[in-house]
Amino acid sequence: MLGFLARRLLYLVPVLLAVSLLTFLIASLLPGDLAYVTLGDQATPENVEALRRDLGLDQPIWWRYIGWLGHVLEGDLGRSFRTGQTVLQAVVERFPVSFELMLFAELIGLAIGVPIAIACAARSGGPFDRFMTGTAFAMLSVPTFLSAILLIYLFAVQLRWLPATGYVSLSEHPLANLRFFVLPALTLGMAEWPGIMRVLRSDMIATLQEDYIALARAKGLKPWRILFVHALKPSSLTLVTVTGINIGRLMGGTVIVETIFALPGIGRLLVSAIGTRDLIILQGVVLCVAGGYVLINFIVDMLYAVIDPRIRHGHA
Amino acid sequence: MNDAALLSVEDVAVDLPTPRGNLRAVDRVDLALGAGRTLGIVGESGCGKTMLSRAILQLLPKKARLTGRVMFDGRDLARCSAEGLRKLRARSLAVVFQDPMTSLNPVLTIGTQLTETLLEHLELDASAARKRAVELLAAVGIPEPEQRLTQYPHQFSGGMRQRVAIAIALSCEPKLLIADEPTTALDVTIQAQILDLLAREQRRRHMAMILITHDLGVVAGRTDEVAVMYAGRIVERAPTPVLFKKMHMPYTEALLAAIPKLEAAPHTPLPAISGRPPDPTRPLAGCAFSPRCRYASDRCHSEKPQLAQAEARDHRYACFHPIKLAAGVDA
Amino acid sequence: MATLELSVQEEIIAAPVKQTRRLGTLFWMAVGWIVLVFALAIFAPVLPLSSPTDMDMLDRRAPFSALHWLGTDGLGRDELARLIYGARISLLVGLCAPAIGLTVGGALGMLAGYFRGRFESLSVGSMDVLLAFPPLILTLAVTAFLGQSVFNLTCILGILGIPTFMRVARAATLTLARREFVIAAQALGATHARILLRELLPNVALPSLAFFLLGVAVFIVVEGSLSFLGFGVPPPISSWGSMIGEGRESLDVAPRLAFLPAIAMFLTVLSFNIVGDTIRAITDPRQGSL
Repeated sequence: MLGFLARRLLYLVPVLLAVSLLTFLIASLLPGDLAYVTLGDQATPENVEALRRDLGLDQPIWWRYIGWLGHVLEGDLGRSFRTGQTVLQAVVERFPVSFELMLFAELIGLAIGVPIAIACAARSGGPFDRFMTGTAFAMLSVPTFLSAILLIYLFAVQLRWLPATGYVSLSEHPLANLRFFVLPALTLGMAEWPGIMRVLRSDMIATLQEDYIALARAKGLKPWRILFVHALKPSSLTLVTVTGINIGRLMGGTVIVETIFALPGIGRLLVSAIGTRDLIILQGVVLCVAGGYVLINFIVDMLYAVIDPRIRHGHA
Repeated sequence: MNDAALLSVEDVAVDLPTPRGNLRAVDRVDLALGAGRTLGIVGESGCGKTMLSRAILQLLPKKARLTGRVMFDGRDLARCSAEGLRKLRARSLAVVFQDPMTSLNPVLTIGTQLTETLLEHLELDASAARKRAVELLAAVGIPEPEQRLTQYPHQFSGGMRQRVAIAIALSCEPKLLIADEPTTALDVTIQAQILDLLAREQRRRHMAMILITHDLGVVAGRTDEVAVMYAGRIVERAPTPVLFKKMHMPYTEALLAAIPKLEAAPHTPLPAISGRPPDPTRPLAGCAFSPRCRYASDRCHSEKPQLAQAEARDHRYACFHPIKLAAGVDA
Repeated sequence: MATLELSVQEEIIAAPVKQTRRLGTLFWMAVGWIVLVFALAIFAPVLPLSSPTDMDMLDRRAPFSALHWLGTDGLGRDELARLIYGARISLLVGLCAPAIGLTVGGALGMLAGYFRGRFESLSVGSMDVLLAFPPLILTLAVTAFLGQSVFNLTCILGILGIPTFMRVARAATLTLARREFVIAAQALGATHARILLRELLPNVALPSLAFFLLGVAVFIVVEGSLSFLGFGVPPPISSWGSMIGEGRESLDVAPRLAFLPAIAMFLTVLSFNIVGDTIRAITDPRQGSL
């Protein structure tokens, strides 16, 4: 197991490096002189020249990359000229919002998907199973922004139960905070549950064919115990992987929802950075998001061992 | 002998719909087993012996259709409610499957898999169940049982795993234990140990047992009665010593000849039975064994022999040309 | 696994029932819808439609009528015409983007799967890196800086699709390249190019086609999302996505303005998903997900 861990870690490093390189290149190669764009209406030829020297924009690109990377490894991701905040500050400020959204969304996805999957697997092939499988498939064809519109129309416009936009931080007012998160999390959850449900359902159907389930039945155990204790655990490997990957994917996927529901998260930060041509923020945040995604995938790989004791003891 | 049989299988047939047509896995089988007696069911792979055991246990696959009656302790198991059946299990009916690596749940501890049956059916509390589990493990010959309770199946050797499976089966003192090829998945050296364990426990608990195997040698000396199955039917049935002394079915003779004998010279070729069992989706008009039988005649190919009684009481066979020979066998 | 002999019974029961995905009614309905949408989109200029850009400020948000079958939008433009012209854009991006992914990714995948070695490791590695980037954000960034246009959008989306197609082609090539017919061709002295084109390509094409169709569905959604936010196709060009975005303003008074294009998009995406998934199930029954 340690060898496995070490090899995966080793693979991680070049990937992270490549990600950082690509991020930097994209940011630097985009047309529009950084200095010019940053100064905006204060852009006189002298200011531009001075800023270019300041930012080191007159250096060759490889030198700039090394310099930037060096700063990054020290924890300095740069400072926005617009807001004066460091990238790190901006990220730390916004990240909890996105994270709360992702977590909430994934929980909703699990809360809907897992029970449906178990119910479908228990009566696989039956009418409920076929109906839910078809519904899950159809749900996958509904774009996120469409669910958002639908939910807003239903709950905010027609029923007026929930607010369409807005945000209050968790520490200020927990209940109000949750209220603002319901619609956005539900929107994302609607997109998450079909994937979760399908994966768990197919794993459980396979597990239910196993000999040890037949023996559990032969032992006269209660049906719910067979389902939840004997069948669910061995089937949850793929589910854990998928959930982990989902959370990773959601990191970049909250852009739409955050924009529609006006939540001050990482997604919106990026969108506004693009709008204001704040390249430094853009560069730094994309690096964080992409890097985070790679790290999460790595953690998911490691989580396997927790679920399956055979891997723990090196027997898989 | 107990006249009221504990288990009575009456005219049981199992049909499975398959893409190639209907498959008759078990073709109108009759069996009876008294309390405390052991029955051996012998046959090649695919003869329907496993399906028969599943039919008795009411654990058939979803698509299977069962006809006939399975009378256990006076009740027809096939007509029982799901809940009624569930309550019967473990306390009346228990089973040991062939491969303990797949019949034990890999992600649950042995302790859990043992105690859950006790908790469910015997209504013990957790600590009493645990104590009993330790006793059971010791009874089946597992050393250091307390430590083993928290371990997982993959941490045991093959023979040990099967002992655990046997412990689980015996835990609620069942009246009938069905052992479906309990030693096939194990090393030859372990096989005898497991079979001895089963025999010992069976005697001690006065439990009825059905031993299913493809190896005639396994049932010799360990069973009271033997039934030979071929292509879904019982083709010969007799008390064990009678079967070995005076078998009538050519198939039984061939099975016996296929057992390696200690006194044979080294490298003696084993007389394997040539050919393959028939395709169960295309049943033959005549005797199912006739294509492979060296005594077969025209009548055998066109007419199906029914079970007829032999000279000895309790000895039945289905053949037009029974062999009258006394095969000497050391059991 | 101790079944020493595979019994006849087990063989019969276990025979993989070739679920000839009876190309059922659902499949044909999906095909029908796609054909309909395509026909309308292609023949839009010659159809007897009102102009999608003519504004009638006196008749804004009009309900269904004989004059305007599906009513008018917030600026008095005919909804039906806008829907059909919107289809042209959505379909254009939805088709061209995965097409880029298919050709470039497919070629890369086949080469990687055939030649193996360092080329393969490098390709797979770079795809992994590309996949680490949140696609929406990458697209936003590039279009913001390079300018919003249908062409730019299609290109960047196309590039983002390359990893998936590369994976599919590589997987298919890996299993095929070791088969006898390839070794036989090599023994006969066929050049690499010939083997790749004549032997492998036809077999890689079918699973890739399935993913292409699924990709169309995905890219229609992605373009729709971007246009919805205003970052996709630049006005006055409008796709379904931008129509939905505009319709959002009128949710309280005229929800149909958002829901009509939404339904159109949903049905189209669903149809492509059904067709793509059915073909995928046929070419690789193990992965059939329905």
